[in-house]
Amino acid sequence: MEHPYAITLDVGTSLANHTGSWRTKRPVYVDRLPPCNAACPAGENIQAWLFRAESGDYEAAWRKLTENNPLPAIMGRVCYHPCQGACNRGEVDEAVGINSVERFLGDEALKQGWGFDKPETESGKRVLIVGAGPSGLSAAYHLRRLGHQVTIKEAGPLPGGMMRFGIPKYRLPREIIDGEVKRITDMGVAIEYGVKVDDIAETMREGRFDAAFLAVGAHIAKRAYIPAGAAARVLDAVSVLHSMEDGEKPMLGRRVVVYGGGNTALDVARTAKRLGAEEAVIVYRRTRDKMPAHDFELEEALQEGVLVKWLSTIRNVEEGEITVERMELDASGFPQPTGEIETLATDSVVLALGQDVDLSLLDNVPGLEIDKGVVKVGPNMMTGAPGIFAGGDMVPSERTVTVAVGHGKKAARHIDAWLRGETYEPAEKHELASFDKLNTWYYDDAPRTIQPVLADVRRTSTFEEVVGGLDETNALYEARRCLSCGNCFECDNCYGVCPDNSVIKLGPGNRFKFNYDYCKGCGVCAAECPCGAIQMVPEAI
Amino acid sequence: MLKQIEGSRAMAEAIALCRPEIICAYPITPQTHIVEGVGALVRDGTLQNCEFINVESEFAALSVAIGASAAGARAYTATASQGLLFMAEAVYNASGLGLPIVMTLGNRAIGAPINIWNDHSEAMSMRDAGWMQLFAETNQEAVDLHIQAFKLAEEMSMPVMVCVDGFILTHAVERVDIPQQEDVDTYLPPYEPVQVLDPADPISIGAMVGPEAFTEVRFLQHYKQQQALSLIPVLADEFEDLFGRRSGGLLRTYKTEDAELIVVAMGSVCGTIKDTIDELREEGFLIGLVTLISYRPFPVDQLRDALAEAEHIVVVEKSVSVGMGGPLANDIDLALRNMAHPPRLHSAVAGLGGRPITKNSLADLFRQSLVQPWEGTHFLDLNERIVARNIHRSRKVRRSGPIAENLIRQMATEN
Amino acid sequence: MEKDNPMTSETTPGDGVQKLHFYQKGTFTVGNRLVSSDERSVQSSIDRSNALTCGHRACQGCGEALGARYAIDTAMEAAGGNLIAVNATGCLEVFTTPYPESAWQLPWLHSLFGNAAAVATGVAAAMRVKGRREVRVVAQGGDGGTTDIGLQCLSGMFERNDDVLYICYDNEGYMNTGVQRSSATPPAARTATTPVLGDEPGNVFGTGKSVPKIAVAHEIPYVATATVADLRDLEAKVKKAMSIHGARYIQIDVPCPLGWGAASHETIHLARLAVETGFYPIFEAEHGRVTSVRKIRHQVPVTEYLKLQKRFAHLFKGDKVDPRVARLQARCDANIAEYGLLDAA
Ligand SMILES: Cc1cc2nc3c(=O)[nH]c(=O)nc-3n(C[C@H](O)[C@H](O)[C@H](O)COP(=O)(O)OP(=O)(O)OC[C@H]3O[C@@H](n4cnc5c(N)ncnc54)[C@H](O)[C@@H]3O)c2cc1C
Ligand SMILES: Cc1ncc(C[n+]2csc(CCOP(=O)(O)OP(=O)(O)O)c2C)c(N)n1
Ligand code: SF4
Ligand SMILES: [Mg+2]
Repeated sequence: MEHPYAITLDVGTSLANHTGSWRTKRPVYVDRLPPCNAACPAGENIQAWLFRAESGDYEAAWRKLTENNPLPAIMGRVCYHPCQGACNRGEVDEAVGINSVERFLGDEALKQGWGFDKPETESGKRVLIVGAGPSGLSAAYHLRRLGHQVTIKEAGPLPGGMMRFGIPKYRLPREIIDGEVKRITDMGVAIEYGVKVDDIAETMREGRFDAAFLAVGAHIAKRAYIPAGAAARVLDAVSVLHSMEDGEKPMLGRRVVVYGGGNTALDVARTAKRLGAEEAVIVYRRTRDKMPAHDFELEEALQEGVLVKWLSTIRNVEEGEITVERMELDASGFPQPTGEIETLATDSVVLALGQDVDLSLLDNVPGLEIDKGVVKVGPNMMTGAPGIFAGGDMVPSERTVTVAVGHGKKAARHIDAWLRGETYEPAEKHELASFDKLNTWYYDDAPRTIQPVLADVRRTSTFEEVVGGLDETNALYEARRCLSCGNCFECDNCYGVCPDNSVIKLGPGNRFKFNYDYCKGCGVCAAECPCGAIQMVPEAI
Repeated sequence: MLKQIEGSRAMAEAIALCRPEIICAYPITPQTHIVEGVGALVRDGTLQNCEFINVESEFAALSVAIGASAAGARAYTATASQGLLFMAEAVYNASGLGLPIVMTLGNRAIGAPINIWNDHSEAMSMRDAGWMQLFAETNQEAVDLHIQAFKLAEEMSMPVMVCVDGFILTHAVERVDIPQQEDVDTYLPPYEPVQVLDPADPISIGAMVGPEAFTEVRFLQHYKQQQALSLIPVLADEFEDLFGRRSGGLLRTYKTEDAELIVVAMGSVCGTIKDTIDELREEGFLIGLVTLISYRPFPVDQLRDALAEAEHIVVVEKSVSVGMGGPLANDIDLALRNMAHPPRLHSAVAGLGGRPITKNSLADLFRQSLVQPWEGTHFLDLNERIVARNIHRSRKVRRSGPIAENLIRQMATEN
Repeated sequence: MEKDNPMTSETTPGDGVQKLHFYQKGTFTVGNRLVSSDERSVQSSIDRSNALTCGHRACQGCGEALGARYAIDTAMEAAGGNLIAVNATGCLEVFTTPYPESAWQLPWLHSLFGNAAAVATGVAAAMRVKGRREVRVVAQGGDGGTTDIGLQCLSGMFERNDDVLYICYDNEGYMNTGVQRSSATPPAARTATTPVLGDEPGNVFGTGKSVPKIAVAHEIPYVATATVADLRDLEAKVKKAMSIHGARYIQIDVPCPLGWGAASHETIHLARLAVETGFYPIFEAEHGRVTSVRKIRHQVPVTEYLKLQKRFAHLFKGDKVDPRVARLQARCDANIAEYGLLDAA
């Protein structure tokens, strides 16, 4: 139809008017580093796997997760989840229960029998790993993925290291360890049990290994000098817990005193309860807020009837009783003796004062440096001896499964590069998606799903797992609480809020792009992006 | 069918025969009976497929018609006087958008002072609004012009006002031949808009147009009205063929062949003028009449042809452009411009606010134009005493108040 | 603790929108890959009509351009594309259709400043008489074109219960002519005709009117207020309005960066604050009765809203708090009380 001149126009003809020329700032999509990821010692891409879990694609989520950590079912139980401490959602209501979702995914993988792929090509290189604890297992997994031949030599009879011989099974059922380790051995990682490496150089030469990763942990219980009568029953925590696995249950008696304030002390006290102790008392020098153990663990212990004697040191141990002195914190927070003495009846005293590393296998290695009882490593996890790397509890760092796993991954990447005569350069970290980058209006308020807690009665008498997992509904709900900090979650906000219709939606999984022909640079998209994944940058003029 | 019928009612019947689809009604004397009439025809089912909408103002009346017309419906409304001014903005808009709305004006004076009686002031106020304006001389012509108006509007995509003198036509009961529906249907095909709001073929109507194109838009509107000058006679011919009656056209001449003086006028007053002419001719006064039917478009050439042979032209019009004089006279002047020996033009304003135009006064006027021609605008039957007094007073008192009020007061005290 | 079952979610207009839990993420976002397609907003769809498309000449961050696309796209979807729009004179008209370019992608008609409602009545009547009942009609205009010059036509359209959805884009002033006061301009606001001069700088307290209330008083089938900050609420309301025949009125708060003196990226934020302060009550009414209100989620003092806008800057000059800030807060409080905008809890 021929329209009347000028007063009538064809529709959509404004497309000829490229308003993009008005712009002084342009929006760009960015990926910012979620605080959870930044805080994860294992370097997990938490936001990314939660993203996949949110849509119910648990296998994809699990695969994303295991790109960094092969032990999610374990981690989902024992990790102290620094991610949750950093989680931005904590400022909205409560942190996302990342750990519980991780556990759900780990359990789901075991239930469904998901496995790891074997490497596509073999490098022909041989790497020795000493110790089948989390650090050794993690390194083995990553090295194997990269195509290397991996052999783990393990002194003990079973894999897991401290996860098996330290962490009680009511927190970490052993079939979980077995299941997750099996997946690694299924990839072609060989584990030799009952093989204690006592000369690393010799073992490498013998086995014609091109590189080695040491992860022997810290197993020698620290002792404090406490005057004790001959008949006094004094044990150390590591051996008590170890013997829980070895068949021969330790004899602790009806009244047990545990000395120390770490998680190990709590584990021993709770184990004692389960072994039938009527009374398990932790004696600790300082106050609750100074206690190194995690509060949730203390809380669980208290619920189970464990008692704590705060601000107390053991002065003397005799048969059937101990003498404790009350302490007082000085101005700088240090406990100082008060001279006030009291006695406690007890059948045994368990010392939980930390562990030292057995470094004997390193005796003849030139270049290796030891400092304060641990092995020094460079930023690439290599010791002073070329080709020998180390990680986990035996190097200076926080002693957790998660750190150990992270070390294993990091070391594997460097070993891989080293084997090729290269150096591994980690990708540059994105800017942190701090809370101020978010527009939290768009998230509904939602408290964290509380994992079901075993009925208190049951858990003090059995070694059944205390903390239950999430069911699928809860896990999904929990995953969906994630704010997706710094990473587009395809909420369509930018696509919707642009007054100039200048955002192009690329369809599921493909995110969006800007139509700079028309974008006027108003910045509404960036302001209304819930997760801070859009940045306004000045136009070059 | 011949009927003894009130003009408004006759027009209502004619409008209904045109099958309008939207009728917007708002009361104002003397137009009211027309919309009441069509409203009744919608209610009683005579006129089917028609929405009769009681709007809240004339502005809305025409606005509703604009929407309906743009959406492809045949739209009709009617008004007068204040009502036309109240819708003024929409009047220009309808034509600017090229919408073939037909509107009846029951011509009436504009206040203040408020006055319900007939003159052509309101029609003249909208002469530049881009509408075509047809003036009916009789109620028969009023009926016929409506039928032609729809066809004209739709063929030109341009709105048309049919101007009928308030009371004199609208309220007069006379014999009128009301056409048959079949004939009207033959004459007036269903409305085929040149542009329409339709989701199947969307367009944007009513753009903002800047200096780069505005002149062209206006030129094209003007050009279209020039085109209508050819179409209007054709429509009158076709009408005559079908209905056997001459109605409409651009203008009509009466005894002009040998006339040395030709009167030019519009609307019902032409009847009185013709009677006056007949009487004057008996005296040997060679006088004739041009009845102007199409005021917009203004038939310059046709008028020049009709008037060329006369020596004197007297324009009798029911409107005054205050400060200038008779607008029609001014327009006629344009038609005579550039002639080698143009007739002498005499301008008279008559019948304002319903004042009767008598044969005697007209005869005097025509005679006077020959013997004692006046300069400027002559106000027929002006009470000069009152005016003079008022002027005199206002010379003394600087603030003399509205002239109209003073005049009325004076007339009141004199009577 | 009993929680909403996260596997089910509901959408009903008004407060119902609040209940839509996308598992706590993205509940208030435009879209979400996690919900089924019928639960998604029109704006999140790749197939949305973009009835108002790119290349229009609105200012950066124009709330009116946004609101219009939100509303018309929703109406388009509800009408299955059978929609005709009538537009009053004003920014929306000017920035969308300067010859030779139109940004509209539906049949659209601009007639005059004050007659949009009547023109729409005409279009609707034409559709009815032509038997095209499927074609729906919206009229739209600014606050000036609606609450002032167009009020008579609007009232007529309401009173006759004509089948028109009238949408007022309320940017609280005559923006197209350079930011003059309208009867929708809030007290104290600076405009070109309420300058910051004299004893009572800015717009005068005790003036203005609520056209939504006037609409409610007409007892028309549906009246609602909405904002560009709450798309889901807006869409639900337009959808609801489109499900009804007869006269309907929706007034959308559309911040104007230029006229309000705000940063272009604050448009949605401002609309949100207008709601969260109680400044702009969001409600629905049917047949003369208020049927639902949008509760305040996180109440905010009015100063937070005012301070982002230069039109209120004179209230914060000097170190003394202008007493009129308290009067504006009282206005918010009165709205909160009148409409029950806060949950008791
Ligand atoms: C009671 C207790 C509870 C804990 N709870 C937690 C917890 O809840 N969460 C957490 O994150 N961390 C916890 N930890 C700490 C955590 O277990 C360790 O940080 C982690 O296991 C260290 O891993 P690794 O691989 O370095 O060493 P280990 O796990 O100690 O593994 C070392 C392995 O090397 C083997 N080995 C040692 N020497 C040799 C050798 N010469 N030749 C061959 N093999 C050798 C050992 O047999 C062992 O299997 C806990 C520790 C204890 C003691
Ligand atoms: C009858 C009439 N009076 C005045 C104007 C001038 N005018 C055009 S747009 C406008 C302001 C429009 O204000 P509003 O309706 O609030 O829309 P906005 O531009 O703010 O979106 C004015 C006063 C006009 N076009 N017509
Ligand atoms: S909200 Fe999600 S992405 Fe953000 S820190 Fe928490 S878990 Fe990580
Ligand atoms: Mg406005």
